[in-house]
Amino acid sequence: MPEQFILIPGRTSRQGTALNEGKYTAEYITETNTLQICAEDMQRLGLVEGDQIRMWNEVGDVTIPCKTAPRDELPAGLLFISYGDASCRLMGGETHCSGMPDSKGIDVYLEKA
Amino acid sequence: MSTAELTAPPATELKIVKDATCTFCGCVCDDMELTVEGQTITKAKNACVLGKAWFLNHHIEERPVATIEGQPATLEEGVERAARILTEATFPLTYGLSDTTCEAQRVAVAISDWIGGNVDTTTSVCHGPSGMAFQGVGEVTCSLGEIKNRADFLIFWGGNPAESHPRHFTKYSLMPKGEFLPNGRKDRTAVLIDVRKTKSAKAVDYFLQVKPRCDFELAWAMRGLAAGVEIDPAIEQSTGIKLEVLQEVVQKMKEAKFGVILFGMGLTMTRGKHLNSEAVLALARDMNKYTRFTAKPMRGHGNVTGADNVVTWQTGYPFGVNLNRGYPRFNPGEFTTSDMLARGEADAALIIASDPMSNFNQPARDHLRKIPTVVLDPKLSETAKVATVAFTTSVYGINVPGTVYRMDDVPISLRPAFDSPYPSDLEVLQKIEKRVKELIQARLQN
Repeated sequence: MPEQFILIPGRTSRQGTALNEGKYTAEYITETNTLQICAEDMQRLGLVEGDQIRMWNEVGDVTIPCKTAPRDELPAGLLFISYGDASCRLMGGETHCSGMPDSKGIDVYLEKA
Repeated sequence: MSTAELTAPPATELKIVKDATCTFCGCVCDDMELTVEGQTITKAKNACVLGKAWFLNHHIEERPVATIEGQPATLEEGVERAARILTEATFPLTYGLSDTTCEAQRVAVAISDWIGGNVDTTTSVCHGPSGMAFQGVGEVTCSLGEIKNRADFLIFWGGNPAESHPRHFTKYSLMPKGEFLPNGRKDRTAVLIDVRKTKSAKAVDYFLQVKPRCDFELAWAMRGLAAGVEIDPAIEQSTGIKLEVLQEVVQKMKEAKFGVILFGMGLTMTRGKHLNSEAVLALARDMNKYTRFTAKPMRGHGNVTGADNVVTWQTGYPFGVNLNRGYPRFNPGEFTTSDMLARGEADAALIIASDPMSNFNQPARDHLRKIPTVVLDPKLSETAKVATVAFTTSVYGINVPGTVYRMDDVPISLRPAFDSPYPSDLEVLQKIEKRVKELIQARLQN
């Protein structure tokens, strides 16, 4: 049964350093294609590090691996991913006349793939 | 000029470049000491983890100076095709500009004017909403030097400087000893407001974990408290922050000698957007009834602030500017790149030092893939891969001199480390502008 979450895409220092090494390096691709979930949600959903999850909304659909977020960083119900291709696939084009799409705080559904 | 025609690298020689400038992020730290061996930077003293990665990973790559539809081409062939794409389009857009010099930005705006196009920068998907908010409520501002020397109360809101701007804490805001803060960190009080308890939370005195998409409500409640309005304790249910905590923080804001709110994209990218920025800017403005209080956006790319300044000098507006009628019009939502692409309106694009194919929303990426594009980038990117004409350019700050603006609107000169066989963005854009003018002139004569 899929559950609804709020996705926060953002920057990480690992993404920043890997970006300079190249967007086609394994490190950059891994960093921008791994979803962070809090330990409580990981346990409740029966997920372990490296499991594939499916995450989708009305804009797009991605299947990527997950990992446990660093301790206390995320509250239950919140997901984090480094900006990149996966987060873009879930970002709609509506900007509400601001020029800025809803790039953080994106509603998504999530289930184990 | 193809790869084979590029000049061979000179024999390895060792040199030290002092007071070089890092252009990776908006901090634009200008105290780098670079050790350069031939065409490689081997040490970057004073650089943070991001700065080291920026300097140490920029090498001369073996790529054609230009490609047309994926095939190697000379610089002149690329310029000719680029100029024709831009002059033949009916609604071309120019986008990017935040990772190049002000000198190059200036020429990009001129090209946009010649072709009657649209000019927008990465600001529109960064602090564009804050730019709108400045117009709504103003900006009580200051330089990073004032923050270093005077700010005894700091609020970091919707950002994670520990990871995104690693030297901000140590060089400009939280840690340094200043003229009026001789004990550095001990003389300052710091607050972090964010939806995530990031690494930055360890560095502050108060961490306020706001509920997602509730920043506006929180800022408005703080404005109310500052004004002496009674706030319902139910504010905790809507924002996640206890009223008593808010009262304590607002009281400390009033008691500060010099306060500053440094806000990030946690505000601008979340529901509310420019209204979130307006609320925070208004809070800083309101606090001046009691003490000196300022607010500054934390800017991401190395010269995104320069892009705002240059586009404003030349058009009167900072981003999302249309020049189609022969005079500038500003309208976020209409003339911003994300919207123009997502609605399928632009029929050609000139993209400079940016990679929208890697970070734009999906509808915009789908359209960008369909239209002819001219891309200038030192590295291969998803955007360069789909470009009709792609130019390989040298890197600002590493190979190219020029001017950039720090996040507090302070202009800083660049001291490049070594020469590149590739042309700068400025050189390529000047050639495109010259050819665009010739084509327009020829069209007018016919």
